[in-house]
Amino acid sequence: MADTTTDGPMLAADGTPLKQSLARALRRQKIRALMLTAPLLVFVLVSFIMPIGSMLMRSIQNTAGTEYVPDILPNVVAELEGWDPTTGELPSEAAFRAMIVDFKAAFENKQHTQLGRRFNYETPGMSSLFRKSGRKVSRMDVAEITDAKAELIDVDDDWGNIQYWATIKANSGYYTSSYYMAAFDAERTIEGVQMKDPDQRIYQKLMLRTLWLSGLITFCTLAIGYPVAWLLADLPLRTSNLLMILVLLPFWTSLLVRTSAWKILLQEQGVINDIWIALGFSDRLSLINNQLGVVIAMTHILLPFMILPLYSVMKTIPPSYLRAAKSLGATNTTAFLRVYFPQTTPGIGAGALLVFILAVGYFITPELVGGADGTFISNRIYFQFSTLGNWGLAAALGTIMLAIVLLLYYVYDKLVGIDNVKLG
Amino acid sequence: MAQTHSNDAFVAFERVQKSYDGETLVVKDLNLSLPKGEFLTMLGPSGSGKTTCLMMLAGFETATHGEIKLDGKPINNIPPHKRGIGMVFQNYALFPHMTVAENLAFPLEVRKLGKSEREAKVKRALDMVQMGAFGGRRPAQLSGGQQQRIALARALVFEPELVLMDEPLGALDKQLREHMQFEITRIAHDLGITTVYVTHDQTEALTMSDRVAVFNDGRIQQLAPPDELYEAPQNSFVAQFIGENNTLEGTVQELRDGYAKVRLDSGDIIDCKPVNVGKAGDRTLVSIRPERVEIDKSRLHPDAHTLKAEVLEFVYMGDIFRTRLRVAGREDFVIKTRNAPDQRRLKPGEMVEIGWLADDCRALDA
Ligand SMILES: Nc1ncnc2c1ncn2[C@@H]1O[C@H](COP(=O)(O)OP(=O)(O)O)[C@@H](O)[C@H]1O
Ligand SMILES: [Mg+2]
Repeated sequence: MADTTTDGPMLAADGTPLKQSLARALRRQKIRALMLTAPLLVFVLVSFIMPIGSMLMRSIQNTAGTEYVPDILPNVVAELEGWDPTTGELPSEAAFRAMIVDFKAAFENKQHTQLGRRFNYETPGMSSLFRKSGRKVSRMDVAEITDAKAELIDVDDDWGNIQYWATIKANSGYYTSSYYMAAFDAERTIEGVQMKDPDQRIYQKLMLRTLWLSGLITFCTLAIGYPVAWLLADLPLRTSNLLMILVLLPFWTSLLVRTSAWKILLQEQGVINDIWIALGFSDRLSLINNQLGVVIAMTHILLPFMILPLYSVMKTIPPSYLRAAKSLGATNTTAFLRVYFPQTTPGIGAGALLVFILAVGYFITPELVGGADGTFISNRIYFQFSTLGNWGLAAALGTIMLAIVLLLYYVYDKLVGIDNVKLG
Repeated sequence: MAQTHSNDAFVAFERVQKSYDGETLVVKDLNLSLPKGEFLTMLGPSGSGKTTCLMMLAGFETATHGEIKLDGKPINNIPPHKRGIGMVFQNYALFPHMTVAENLAFPLEVRKLGKSEREAKVKRALDMVQMGAFGGRRPAQLSGGQQQRIALARALVFEPELVLMDEPLGALDKQLREHMQFEITRIAHDLGITTVYVTHDQTEALTMSDRVAVFNDGRIQQLAPPDELYEAPQNSFVAQFIGENNTLEGTVQELRDGYAKVRLDSGDIIDCKPVNVGKAGDRTLVSIRPERVEIDKSRLHPDAHTLKAEVLEFVYMGDIFRTRLRVAGREDFVIKTRNAPDQRRLKPGEMVEIGWLADDCRALDA
């Protein structure tokens, strides 16, 4: 163009440097794009990133109610610093005195029961100790007390329990590892951190069960979903669209309704058992309120998440590949195994990842049909915060599950490559 | 249409019919036989049933009626993988998750050949299509023409006696297509394999084949070597489908001494060779090739009928001149004349008299 000079920067038609006007044009585009995505970003931030962050924090914060333990018991924490519980001796007189001071302040602020509950997570019995001691300790006057140790033990013998004092010392920081310890079925004793008795390791058991049942459910959805997806991909579009509605129909029904429907079908006096008896068998099958019930119901509920990615991958594989394989001399089986199946692995990967991750976090179905031995870790997490109010342990368990899923995702990425996953 | 039913036919379709929906016949009464080593092309417009015929031969579709024989034996009940027929698909169907060499080794592996033998055959097949250096690549890393070569090599690597190709060059550009046409015929002849080739491109059919079967509407319209197909079309479909062609409509007025007198709808009378007409009074489509039309009266028979024509358009095409004329009421009559020093260059608006040898003017079915 005539108005661009040979030396110096290129100029746009209005005389501004070309780079500058390009940047301005692009900036406007960027701002517009940002504004369009802003609602989503805010939503993700508020509903996803922040809760996860808060969960991570809760799992390590040493709080009773809303305040940190060392802020409620500042004097006790200071006096216990030099105390070594392994010597087998109770803390010093000053520590007992400090406890009376801090306890009275906590009682004023109505924090002593929350404090008791906090220590009770670590050592059962401390909740009732704090609750029962409340009124009596609050009437004490520190200035008049000569032997704080004797006075306090007089209020409740448990103040002489060295284990309780050890628990207070172990949980006197702003941050604590005790929730994670509990989540891994370990406990802190006077001798140090130890694993619980094998028959008390409930979280390990629950986590392994959750992972194992999720894996089993993933396998079942794959085994059932693969042929269905193949059929759908192979049929002419009109028929396959009709069948696809049948696949999606349960998808559009409430999860609660579907789970309840399975309850009705599978229960002791349910349809399936009635048919079973009518066929001449004498014993009713127990199909529900156990692991079998969870696997059946969740396989059904999660099936669309397997079928849809598989279908979308299979749809892109032209039938000529199988024909080519057969024309080259492969039997139906060989053609399937060597030519068709390898091309569907991105769909299998996507479906399996989706179903597995959904299953690991499933709550309602195991709660309703799981019975005693079919509950998942999620049910336990719910129990922890809703019934026991132990948000810290619930958060620690949740964080561990999140870490396990991320780890699996990472391993999967290394093995299969996440780029190969096709969701549709 | 006479079809040869020789006993030494390598591939034979006998009275084959095919219907997909039970209502319409996609292939209607197909009779076709080809000897060993022949390169036969099925040529026809899209939807004429070529692919269906090929798929029946390969075993992916079953004939609704009739019998298909391979080497004298009926194959209707033999599954595709036992037919030992090589196939090249239009989209190549190279397995995307295997390398080129693995693709080629696949038919050898399923035949349980040993490793060293496999490698030797794969190498030979790759060399045959000049792709020896590409064994380690994935199909997606190859150009269309290279994929085409690999597909061909894979169809041939297990040494089938019969190879089927369904529009294998359809996705290539013109230059590459012409090159591959040559390659495919060379390889087919070198190996002496029998080939059934499907295309809708008539140039491809004419240049590659020993014989061409022209398909339309589920029937073979004519089965003949390329020159015969071009010079002696048996019906008006073939005449119009193969090469450029002028048609004039008219009524047969008289049949005598092996020639026919046809009165065109414009009232003009012309002499033709009756090919596919019954008796005087029948409607007919008369077909003349553009290069057989004469504008130099001195080169025609003195008694030959001529037609008056007005030049509408003259196109200089280098080696030839293509002139469009208004003849007997039609404006799409084309003649082609060779570019020679003494050749006339007609100008639009000019009136000429055109004629032809009666032998070159074929009266076909209407
Ligand atoms: N699988 C099929 N199901 C139903 N109809 C088909 C099928 N394949 C081909 N047809 C029909 O058969 C006719 C011939 O098709 P085809 O053999 O593919 O022709 P060509 O290869 O000559 O283009 C077409 O009308 C097509 O719509
Ligand atoms: Mg076709």
